[in-house]
Amino acid sequence: MSPPMLELTQVSVEFPTDRGRLRPVDGISFRVEAGKTLAVVGESGCGKSVTALAVMGLLPQGAEIGGGIRLDGEELLALTPDQRRARRGGAMAMVFQEPMTSLNPAFTAGEQVAEALRLHQGLAPDAAFARAVEMFARVRIPEPERRARNYPHQLSGGMRQRVMIAMALACRPRLLIADEPTTALDVTVQAQILALIDELKTESGTAVVLITHDLGVVADHADEVVVMYAGRVAERAPAASLFARPQHPYTIGLLGAAPRLEGGVARLASIEGTVPDLLHPPPGCRFAPRCPFALDRCAQQPPLAAILPGHDVACWRAPLDTLLEAAA
Amino acid sequence: MSATAASPAAPAAPPARGESPTRRAIRRFVRHRLALAGFIVVLAFVLVAALAPWIAPYDPIATSWSRIRKPPSELFWFGTDENGRDVLSRMIWGARASLMAGVISVLGAVLLGVPVGLLAGLAGGWVDAVISRIADAMLSIPFLILAIALAAFLGPALENAMLAIAITASPVFVRLSRGMALDAKSTDWVEAARSLGNPPWRTAFVHVLPNIVPPLLVQSTLSIAEAIIAEASLSFLGLGQQPPAPSWGSMLNSAQRFLETAPWLAIAPGAAIFVVVLAFNLMGDGLRDALDPRADRR
Repeated sequence: MSPPMLELTQVSVEFPTDRGRLRPVDGISFRVEAGKTLAVVGESGCGKSVTALAVMGLLPQGAEIGGGIRLDGEELLALTPDQRRARRGGAMAMVFQEPMTSLNPAFTAGEQVAEALRLHQGLAPDAAFARAVEMFARVRIPEPERRARNYPHQLSGGMRQRVMIAMALACRPRLLIADEPTTALDVTVQAQILALIDELKTESGTAVVLITHDLGVVADHADEVVVMYAGRVAERAPAASLFARPQHPYTIGLLGAAPRLEGGVARLASIEGTVPDLLHPPPGCRFAPRCPFALDRCAQQPPLAAILPGHDVACWRAPLDTLLEAAA
Repeated sequence: MSATAASPAAPAAPPARGESPTRRAIRRFVRHRLALAGFIVVLAFVLVAALAPWIAPYDPIATSWSRIRKPPSELFWFGTDENGRDVLSRMIWGARASLMAGVISVLGAVLLGVPVGLLAGLAGGWVDAVISRIADAMLSIPFLILAIALAAFLGPALENAMLAIAITASPVFVRLSRGMALDAKSTDWVEAARSLGNPPWRTAFVHVLPNIVPPLLVQSTLSIAEAIIAEASLSFLGLGQQPPAPSWGSMLNSAQRFLETAPWLAIAPGAAIFVVVLAFNLMGDGLRDALDPRADRR
C-alpha cells in the first residue's frame, strides 16, 4: 500500500495570548489517500480551519505547531519557510470560504489564475494566460476567453468560486483543501461546485480535504469523515459507517439522529450547552459537560479506539449503539 | 445614450459591462467639470514650463538700467523688476522651478514613504511600532517648519529644497500606505495570494500596491499643491532657488520691498501660485470622486 497523500500525526497548534496559552488544535491525527475526499466536520471554533491553515503553513506568526504533517511522505514541518512556500499553490492548494472577497479586485480573473502558473511552473505571461483560459473551460465557466478578461466584480459568486478552484487546481496539486467552499453560495450552485470538485479529483487523483459543517455535503461527497470537537478528534470513520452507526454522543447529536432510547431523545436532537472555553478546557473528555451519557470516568480523556474496522471513536461508553439498544 | 449627455435629472449612464476600473475612473473624472478645469490649468502650466526657452519673450536674467520697475506695457506684459528684468519671462522660467519642485519632491516622498509604509503595515510588530512613531514625530512638527529646518541644514539650493520637501512630505505617505496595507492584510485575497505561494515582497508589491494606488494618487495630487507652496516659501526665505535664477517664491521676496510703488511685481507670482495650487486641489478632489469605488452604487 502506498503512503497516504496527507498524514497528520498528533498535530497540535498553540497560540500564546494575553490570557494564557490557547490550543485550538490538540492532537489531531488523520490520513487522506490520493483520489479520496476526507471531510472534517464540527461546529465553528472546533479547530477545523486552524488545522487546514497549519497544513498550508498559513498560520499567523507566533503559532506553535507540534506533531507531524506529511505530504506524500515528506514532512512539511521540517521544511524551511521558503520550501514550504514553494509547496503552496504547487503541491497543495486551498479554496477559501468567501469567493466574494478571495479574489484581488485589481486584477482580472484570468491574470490571477495565470499567476499560479507563473509562480510555480515559470510560464511566460502569455502562455500562463492561455493555460488559465483552459482552466476556466475545465471548471465549466462559460465563454472562458471573455470571462478570463473580467474583473472579479463582474463575476457572480458561483463563478468566482469556480475561478478560485481553477486557481487552486492550475498547478495540479496533490492535495486540495477546501475550507467550507460552498457556505457562501446558494444551494443550486453549491451542488455544482461540489460536483466539480469531485470530478476534478477523480480526473487528477488529487486528495481532497473538505472542511464543512454541512452533513448533507459530507454524506454525498466524502469517503471518510473526521468529527472534531473542541480541538480533538471525537470520531473518525468511513462516511457510510459514520452515518449508519455513529458512535460518539457528539456525532449522534450532530446528526440529529433519534436514538431508540426514549428519555434522551429530545436532549440529543439539540446539543445542550456551548463549546468549552479553550483557554480553560474541561479535564478529560471535552464533550463530557454537555454529554447525556457522561460518567465519572469521563474526567479522563478516552483514547481514540477502533470499535469497528476503520471506525475509531474517543468515548469511554462506545460502542454507543449497542448501549442504546440494550437500554431500549 | 451617451455619458456626456447625462443631465442632472436623468440618471447617469449605466457603467458599461466589462469596463475596467481605470476607464471607469477616467469617464467619471471627465464628467467632473471643476476637476477637468483644474487638469487643463495644470496642463497649461506644465506646457508653459516645458516650452520656457521658446516662449519666454526675453532673457529672464538679463538686467537693464534703462527699464527698472516699469509698469505693465505692450512690450513688457507683466512689467519689469528692480533690476530691469522682464517679469513675464521670469514667471515662465519660474514655473519650471515651482512645478519641478512640486512633482519631483512628491515623487521622492512617494518612493520613500510607500515602501516604508507597506513594510510597517505588513510586517507589523516592532517594525511597525518604530516606523509609525518616527512618522508620528515628523507629523507633529508643522510642515513648513520641518521643511525650513531641513533645507537650512542641507544648504540653500533648489535641489536641497526639493529633498527637504520630499522628506517632509513622506510621513503622510507612510501613514496612508500603512493603513491601506493593514486593511489589505486581513482580506481574503491576500490570504489567497499567500496560499498560492507568493513570497512576502511579491504579496506587498504585486497584490497590495495596485489596490492602494487610487488613494495614493489623490494624496499625491494634493501633496503637489502643498509642495509648490513649500517651495515658494523656501525660495521666499532664500532657501530654495538661488538668484539670479527665477522662482515664484524668490520673486515675491524681492517684490515685498516695492509693494506700494510697484505692486505688479507681487501680483504676478502671487496669482500664479494661487492658480496652480487651486488647480491641483480641484484635480485632487475630482480624482478622489472618480476613484471612489462606492460612487456608482449611490
